[in-house]
Amino acid sequence: MGNFIGKSVKRKEDVRFLTGKGRYTDDIKLPGMTHAAFVRSPYAHAKILNIDTSAALRAEGVVAIFTGSDECGNYGVPCGWQVNFKNGETMREPQQPLLAKGKVRYVGEAVAIVIAETLEQARDAAELVEVDYEELPAVTNPKEAMQDGAPLVHDQWPDNRAFDWCIGNDRAEVEKALASAHHVTELEYVNQRLAPNAIEPRSYIADYNVAEDKWTLYTSTQNPHLIRLLLCAFALGIPEHKVRVVSYDVGGGFGSKIFHYTQEALLTWVTKQIGRPVKWTADRSEAFLTDAHGRDHVVKAKMGFDKEGKIVALLADEYCAMGAYLSTFAPAIPTYLHGTLFQGLYTTPLIHLDVTAPFTHTVPVDAYRGAGRPEATYLLERLIETGAKEMGMDPADIRFKNFIPAFDGVNQPGYQTQVALQYDSGNYAPVLKRALEMVDYENFRKEQAEARKQGKLLGIGISTYIEACGIAPSAVVGALGARAGLYEVGEVRVQPTGKVSIYTGSHAHGQGHETTFAQIVADKLGISIEDVEIIHGDSEQSAFGMGTYGSRSLAVGGSAIVKSIEKVLEKGAKIAAHKLEAAVEDLEYADGKWTVKGTDKSISFGDVALTAYVPHDYPEGVEPGLDFSSFYDPVNFTYPFGAHIAVVEVCPDTGKVTLKRFVTCDDVGNVINPMIVDGQVHGGVVQGIGQALLEGVVYDENGQMVSGSYMDYAMPRADDVPMIETDRTVTPCPHNPLGVKGAGEAGTIGATPAVVNAVVDALWHLGVRDIAMPLTPARVWAAMQGKS
Amino acid sequence: MIPAKFDYVRAGSVSEAIALLDKYGDEAKLLSGGHSLIPAMKLRLNRPAVLIDIGHLSELKSITEEGDEVVVGANCTHKQIATSELIASQASVLAEAARTIGDVQVRNRGTIGGSLAHADPAADYPAALLAAEAQIEVEGKNGRRKIPAADFFQGMYTTALADDEVVVAVRLPKGSQGTYEKFFQPASRFAIVGVAVVKRNGGVQVGITGASDTPYRATAVEQAYAEKGVDAAELAAEGVDMMEDHFADAAYRAHLAKVLTRKALA
Repeated sequence: MGNFIGKSVKRKEDVRFLTGKGRYTDDIKLPGMTHAAFVRSPYAHAKILNIDTSAALRAEGVVAIFTGSDECGNYGVPCGWQVNFKNGETMREPQQPLLAKGKVRYVGEAVAIVIAETLEQARDAAELVEVDYEELPAVTNPKEAMQDGAPLVHDQWPDNRAFDWCIGNDRAEVEKALASAHHVTELEYVNQRLAPNAIEPRSYIADYNVAEDKWTLYTSTQNPHLIRLLLCAFALGIPEHKVRVVSYDVGGGFGSKIFHYTQEALLTWVTKQIGRPVKWTADRSEAFLTDAHGRDHVVKAKMGFDKEGKIVALLADEYCAMGAYLSTFAPAIPTYLHGTLFQGLYTTPLIHLDVTAPFTHTVPVDAYRGAGRPEATYLLERLIETGAKEMGMDPADIRFKNFIPAFDGVNQPGYQTQVALQYDSGNYAPVLKRALEMVDYENFRKEQAEARKQGKLLGIGISTYIEACGIAPSAVVGALGARAGLYEVGEVRVQPTGKVSIYTGSHAHGQGHETTFAQIVADKLGISIEDVEIIHGDSEQSAFGMGTYGSRSLAVGGSAIVKSIEKVLEKGAKIAAHKLEAAVEDLEYADGKWTVKGTDKSISFGDVALTAYVPHDYPEGVEPGLDFSSFYDPVNFTYPFGAHIAVVEVCPDTGKVTLKRFVTCDDVGNVINPMIVDGQVHGGVVQGIGQALLEGVVYDENGQMVSGSYMDYAMPRADDVPMIETDRTVTPCPHNPLGVKGAGEAGTIGATPAVVNAVVDALWHLGVRDIAMPLTPARVWAAMQGKS
Repeated sequence: MIPAKFDYVRAGSVSEAIALLDKYGDEAKLLSGGHSLIPAMKLRLNRPAVLIDIGHLSELKSITEEGDEVVVGANCTHKQIATSELIASQASVLAEAARTIGDVQVRNRGTIGGSLAHADPAADYPAALLAAEAQIEVEGKNGRRKIPAADFFQGMYTTALADDEVVVAVRLPKGSQGTYEKFFQPASRFAIVGVAVVKRNGGVQVGITGASDTPYRATAVEQAYAEKGVDAAELAAEGVDMMEDHFADAAYRAHLAKVLTRKALA
């Protein structure tokens, strides 16, 4: 069929976003609604000696105040992924309390909640809550957290280790291969902590209806059904069928809105206590302090090569911060979403990663766009690039030498990695070839040499990546510790008039699902895109769902919709056959109608739909209605890949890096809407550039966050970024009906090492081998002075 | 992002503002463009009991010539200063600095008087005023006085203003043509270091902001300039304690001071 798949259809949802008509949680005002403000810890680690709420309770407009000593202090939010220690013991899992009890463990941890008639009153009263603390020493760096004598985050365990973990081949074997390698490249670095910075801060409204004994939670989440499950079954122990979770429009998440936050559970508890709705919306300071952060790995890694530049072994040791508590997916990020990508695009025969994941006196660390995979790509791409340069080889050539040969996953089997995963399909050389062509790599080296003569420092950096998306086959992730399935649900309700409503368990917070999914439906049914409506974000509308993260919506959510459409067409054919007095086998479906092959006898989709709902003249044994729901559980992850190349100029006087060009050739499988994919790549690349050059959460020695505002935390701006040049190759996914692989995180995964490689390339002749991210002018200049 | 409670009074004139300042003492803060004060109040880092609004006073909004001076009213916005023909022709160093402040919205609202009274150590104007040997004219209950820029800035967020005084104008000697070289802090877009140079009577006057907790005249550079020319820039951080933060350590700030001074002198 196909009037829509592959077309850059303009985003349907943009009309409401661009005209200020979105429905964000904070826009919702319920009758009788109260407002919450939090009293937060000013210390990274302290005993709570006393909390005096008496003055605050007397303040104007105060409805209630709760602390960890109240019943809510007995509840905590669960972790959704269990990782076991190398020795098989279960990870250490502290309760993440709804309000701190006895101790605070990071700056910004909530100590009390103040509910008042207005937000202003809540804020004012919160200042009147007096908390006596005894400050204790804190540790925020994951490596330091594992040193002897480091302050303990949780006193019940003898050290800060939440778990340790390893993957790959036998460590001794890998070490042996490194010992006999022709060349070994070694890097020690920090993959720094990042704040997610979604434009809409987290916002929740909980509303308990006494008459129905029912809760509604409006929440800025990426996965309303999962929040309902965690909230009901694990956090509060309330009946799931009595809770509706609504998440209409959400202004970005980048992972930070996947997780079940304590405030969601606390507000749900509070609303029943006070018998009124209660709202809380984070301000930007609270977002910096309390949104789960990303990255924070302290890394030591070695890559061994033979004479020809073939990788013979890869070994890494990482300290990966968990923060003070285990956030929903936290244990999975530096393990199953990280170590499993250490094969990269290369044929490396021996791989081993050891991870130590300590608690730290910081806000929890969890998935942030890319989630484990940018960290893996950074490690691989910095090592192979550095190795090439150290051996005097061309960084592009060494990659071509090491690429896994092409396989389509149909005629050739998938590629079994050394780190558990089996890649679905891949053809890696063409993406790098194309990116090199786009950037005119051959001429660049001449240009660089010429520029250097004039005192200009130009550099080029390559990054090739693979990621595991389309998260995920339930049985596989279950075996790896996930406490949920990761299928998706797609329901197609055909209305009597032939208009179509789609209820998806995927959740859009900027991705454009209302357009992409509508394109699929309109395309497959041969109807107009205006006749399709995509509904998401309400647990009482969509039957179930696992939400959106891990570039999964199209590959998993889209496939669920396709399954339901197939069922609609199958049933529709029976009705059509009856009406046309023909056999089902004699019909064909095209352009929105069933036709008896070789005749002009046909019936439209709309007429069949009407017949299904007005079944006066109807096939025997067929139920009325045209309405199907499907669960799609993928058989494998999907494996998009690509090549990114950055060209930079470094100011010899100040060390300031200017990005001159940024080129990508990605392969995300089949593409439904090229414009949306380009947009995803652009946004992701800019976030990747942000990590390379600008962003970083900084805690001081007392655990105070010194980068907790936009005056101190540098986000990339339009003028920091050149026009991003994108292209694609297409290697379809062999195991889902759309052949799609996912595009949401590719940019972030590929971009960061490309930029750092480019800066190091510009300065290699000065002896610079590595610079810590973010590559601030001060750090680049220091490196140029031999001080890195 | 909700300020603590405060009262708001709209002053009808400078003298009324002074009387109100006298009445409320250090409980009060003057409001002009509000682009430093209001954000600090929203974070409750600053919680005045009373805001005395002088932002609308037209008597402080003009840019005029008086004898050998260009007089810039305290309520002039950065935009006004960046686009004034008089400033462009007689005190361009000030316009150069104004152009680099914040973004369009900030420049449309923020005022020079507010910026000077706030005295952020990384603000742009101080470098230009030091280089121009400008005077800051203030008025209090004891009348008006003119404070040389070099005496006005006394430390981080600290000035020579008395509690009852209002900045009413900035006076720049005509011929304060010069340049401002700024290295932007990437998040705030304030200056990590900003260097203003005015060349006058064959010599140079150099003002430096952002580098130290107080903006300063680079006198060592000025003295060495006749002999060393642009190489005098190497003395830009001489004898001055540099600030440090996660964007730039002291060594880098000192280096930037030299690089930017050289560029501004060239």
